[in-house]
Amino acid sequence: MKRVLLLSLVAAGCGALAALAYAWHGEMAPVSPPPAAAFERAQIERGASLALIGDCRTCHTAPGGPTFAGGLAMPTPFGTIYSTNITPDPETGIGRWPLAAFVRAMREGVDREGRHLYPAFPYDHFSLTTDADLAALYAFLMTRAPVVATAPANQLPFPINIRLVLAGWKLLFFHPEPFANNPARDAAWNRGRYLVEGLAHCGACHTPRNLMGAEIRSRAFAGGEAEGWTAYPLGAQSPVRVPWTKAALAQYLREGWQADHGVALGPMGPVTENLAEAPAQDIEAMADYLASLGTPASKTAMPKAPAPDASGQRPQSTGWQAAAIALPADTGAGRRVFAAACAVCHQAGRPLPLGGVDLALSTALAAETPQNLLNLILRGVPAADGLAAPVMPPFAAMDDTALTALLDYLRRDIAARPAWPDLAPAITAARRAASPQTNVNPAKGAP
Amino acid sequence: MTTFTVNGTRRTIAAAPDTPLLYVLRGELELNGAKFGCGLGQCGACTVLVDGEPVFSCVTPVMLLEGRAVRTLEGLGSAEAPGPVQAAFIAEQAAQCGYCIAGMIMRAQALLERDGDPDDAAILAALEPSLCRCGTHVRIVRAVKRAARAMAGKMEAVR
Repeated sequence: MKRVLLLSLVAAGCGALAALAYAWHGEMAPVSPPPAAAFERAQIERGASLALIGDCRTCHTAPGGPTFAGGLAMPTPFGTIYSTNITPDPETGIGRWPLAAFVRAMREGVDREGRHLYPAFPYDHFSLTTDADLAALYAFLMTRAPVVATAPANQLPFPINIRLVLAGWKLLFFHPEPFANNPARDAAWNRGRYLVEGLAHCGACHTPRNLMGAEIRSRAFAGGEAEGWTAYPLGAQSPVRVPWTKAALAQYLREGWQADHGVALGPMGPVTENLAEAPAQDIEAMADYLASLGTPASKTAMPKAPAPDASGQRPQSTGWQAAAIALPADTGAGRRVFAAACAVCHQAGRPLPLGGVDLALSTALAAETPQNLLNLILRGVPAADGLAAPVMPPFAAMDDTALTALLDYLRRDIAARPAWPDLAPAITAARRAASPQTNVNPAKGAP
Repeated sequence: MTTFTVNGTRRTIAAAPDTPLLYVLRGELELNGAKFGCGLGQCGACTVLVDGEPVFSCVTPVMLLEGRAVRTLEGLGSAEAPGPVQAAFIAEQAAQCGYCIAGMIMRAQALLERDGDPDDAAILAALEPSLCRCGTHVRIVRAVKRAARAMAGKMEAVR
């Protein structure tokens, strides 16, 4: 009996040691920040392009703060995580990180000191990145201006605030494999897949996550949620009425809007702003791969867009400059709100970006939840800096009754889909998220 | 017919339900504080408060306002007796051409009613939807801070 006990103790001890060995990562010795001359110009430029595709600056820059200096609050279901300073400042940034430490962070989610990183940093995608591309990204980041900035402490509850717990998470959900080309496909498609699945980390938002915050890989691109916005399903599971083509995807990714689908908003807005500056060839490759994810099997008959209410005018403004809209006496409340507030742009017959999106095609109206449509109505579409892009004012004055009637009308009569059930909680949540008191990063599209 | 209050006074509006609030304010009620800038809800010159929240009155049809409370620049004070935000904008000489200022003041008012001591970031975020092409931005921020101090002082005096 004693012997069995002893053996189990030894086994348990070994197990604990093995677990610690798995969980434990050593510190990598700090280096003096490498001088800019240590890197080739071409390598730095390549790194700059890859950083745009990786969307690095979006998370690693606080609203109004210096680029890459971190401090952005990222709300997660578990608490708020603050992005870190990835400028080469030796004390508060990554200036003392050797290349090997940068590679380890991107591939294994462990910082130079050996601490596990939270998967809000999407190393489950970045791990696919090749050695050469990681070296280029490192060269780019190490040649940026160093900024002294320390991110606020994460606000996470016990036990998630203990970083060693992440070793268990990784054991369960993080099984990196190097990227392998599919020989049956051409170079462009493989390049697109490498970027989409890797650095661009599209699945981080567009793939649903389990209760532990890990992507459910068996449901890749089935749609997810990020920062209070719906990330629509991609490929065969997409709710869109007009299937995405490679050309449409390429335009959307570069310009942030596409006439048959809508406008990139919420967290997708900065993604397309970054991709606008990335190499066209890479965007084409990403579009190629994304288009190959398939198109929805059955299409409901496309409803005909209602005839414009206005008499063929092309008003530049609402109200007096638009033709009077005569509505029959029995017109429902939703249609009335639509005619008064929306039709002047959305039925004016002008193409994007000067007119409104054709709402019969809008993905926001076809989506499973009204989340994005509500965000859009309450926050509007802010003007893009220096780009010809669609804009829309926020309709902050719409009360819950008007919103409910409008959404029912849009969903049933314009999108020809069953009404969204239970709008009240969705409206409350969208209002809360849009209000300046609760919007943690107000620079990102608050009214 | 749409009925709502404007600066505390009950008004019944006969204009068509899709008429923008701005046109009713300026054309029907002769409240010319709010300005027509772009007519597209993009510049902020037409900003008024509806139930305390800033809205672009040029894209807000009156039908949405049944039973609501609208406040305009005139509701904050007059030329003879300016309100604390208006007085602060005058004291800091925060207007150059002045076209955007009515909207700026309304946004500042809404901000200060929910946050009595805003920092620079909060002020910039709150005023961001209002465009000013003259360049008095620094004075505008200073005016909002001065107004915050004045309003806090007044609160002290009341206590």
